[in-house]
Amino acid sequence: MSGLKVDLCGLKLKNPLILASGILGVTKSSLKNVAQNGAGAVTIKSVSREPRKGHKTPIIQVDGDVMINAVGYSNPGLSESRKEFTGLGEVGVPVIASILGTDAEEFAYMAGNFLPGDFSAVELPLSCPHTPGYGMLAGQGTPEATYEITAAVKKSTKLPVIVKLSPSIQALGEVAKAAEKAGADAINMGNTVGPGMFIDARAKKPVLDFKFGGLSGPAIKAISVRCVYDVYKAVRIPVIGTGGVTTGIDAIEMIMAGASAVGVGSAVHYRDMDVFRKIADEMSVFMKSEGYPSVNEMVGLAHE
Amino acid sequence: MNERPVMMKIEKAVDEAKDTKTFWFSGRVGAKPGQFVMLWLPGSGQKPFGISYQERGSFALTIRRVGGFTKELFKLGTGDRVGIQGPYGKPFSMKGDNVVLIGGGYGTAPLALLADEMARKGKNVHMITGAAGKEFLLYQKRFEKSKVKTTYATDDGSFGHKGFCTECLVDSVKSGNIDYVYCCGPEKMMVKVFEICNKKEIPGEFSLERYMKCGFGVCGSCTLDPTGWRVCKDGPVFTLEQLKKVDEFGKYKRDGSGKKGKL
Repeated sequence: MSGLKVDLCGLKLKNPLILASGILGVTKSSLKNVAQNGAGAVTIKSVSREPRKGHKTPIIQVDGDVMINAVGYSNPGLSESRKEFTGLGEVGVPVIASILGTDAEEFAYMAGNFLPGDFSAVELPLSCPHTPGYGMLAGQGTPEATYEITAAVKKSTKLPVIVKLSPSIQALGEVAKAAEKAGADAINMGNTVGPGMFIDARAKKPVLDFKFGGLSGPAIKAISVRCVYDVYKAVRIPVIGTGGVTTGIDAIEMIMAGASAVGVGSAVHYRDMDVFRKIADEMSVFMKSEGYPSVNEMVGLAHE
Repeated sequence: MNERPVMMKIEKAVDEAKDTKTFWFSGRVGAKPGQFVMLWLPGSGQKPFGISYQERGSFALTIRRVGGFTKELFKLGTGDRVGIQGPYGKPFSMKGDNVVLIGGGYGTAPLALLADEMARKGKNVHMITGAAGKEFLLYQKRFEKSKVKTTYATDDGSFGHKGFCTECLVDSVKSGNIDYVYCCGPEKMMVKVFEICNKKEIPGEFSLERYMKCGFGVCGSCTLDPTGWRVCKDGPVFTLEQLKKVDEFGKYKRDGSGKKGKL
């Protein structure tokens, strides 16, 4: 349905649903499969300069409406990933890169050497809660670090830069403003919540081998929606709302909180691969019955 | 289905073949042949294993000692607990009335459960199983007691046909009445079975192995090129027709970081 079309900092999306980084994005083939299942755009699994094995299994667990993960940024590194993610036109929708760095210099190096390729934008996950050396565990979620990293990446690439923030940040508005001031083209709000921990009573141990991990799934939606609401008030650049969206109504709520596009990740588990098509269809039904001609008309409505 | 690992006591750990044990658990997982469970050894990791036996109130996993994880597992015995999560994956379809099941090495494990179930349904089941040598052959006594016809092959000729089990498949399909083939084993062997079936236009199903992490279709570690199918969720069982679209079949697989490497 044409009413689902959105323009996100220059990216033309057939619908506002974006595969969140870390889910399924290990290979180009996998991204293509997700695109064929209805996603408006897809994000690759984050790439670091050197290969990373990631954490030992179990890396992902589910308990009802909560998913917990500590994957630990497994990826084959910069040079292998460049080979993997070529010819991205085949995917059929815009592909967003996700790059990692331990500091601003390494982020700039990654941006300079991994981009632009065939990517449409680049995301900076300054918000991972469970990988030492990166994201929240490296202090990348402060206004100062966010400004420094974003500015360094902006100097190294012409692609739109999306800064991914953690819902665990207290002064969200300040961090979002720092990203905007440094030239970010959009904010992805947000990453997994927590970290949290599952313990198995009989094993007497945390279930994730890394012990703690980020929470996702339907249970965190209320937190993500509030974060998007706050960030929308703080900045003028577009916001991608990510966290707990599983249905079309969830996506609409996120948009009304201020999101111009919506990240979808754990919902692949809850409703399988074609969750993107399902959510898009449900959005269309809602928009038709409520008389909204386009997604744009609904962005930030909850603020009025 | 167990969404989270359920700590279950090992009832007994039985020597099945050289370096190969069958771990029995009491309880039901409600698996269909071809499905797998994620076995969690706290501190050592979590890995997928196909279910090899399922009887009233109990089930078992037959496991070959190949690396650090299985080395730890082999230290455990009666009364020790491990986490069982699942079952997961798409099972064998159980199509066909005159079927050949062909397993290489411990690939015979999930096929043995399929043989049990199909024989119980009154299908003619011919099990062809191959191994490096007699000491690695699985389930000879189990098959003797069942209605399943068996053919054995060993690389060193220490038991049954000397050579590859795929050579026995060539003989078997010559009879002309085989209407379905099920296969699990080393990928090079499965490619051979694929070619034989494709040439003879016999439909078949193949159980693939790729580096799995989550086991339920979200992490993306086990996806195939170029379709993006997930071995853990869209497989591990794929039809011959599906495999025609999987370019990486028989060629390469990815490691835990996502890097392509040899089979």
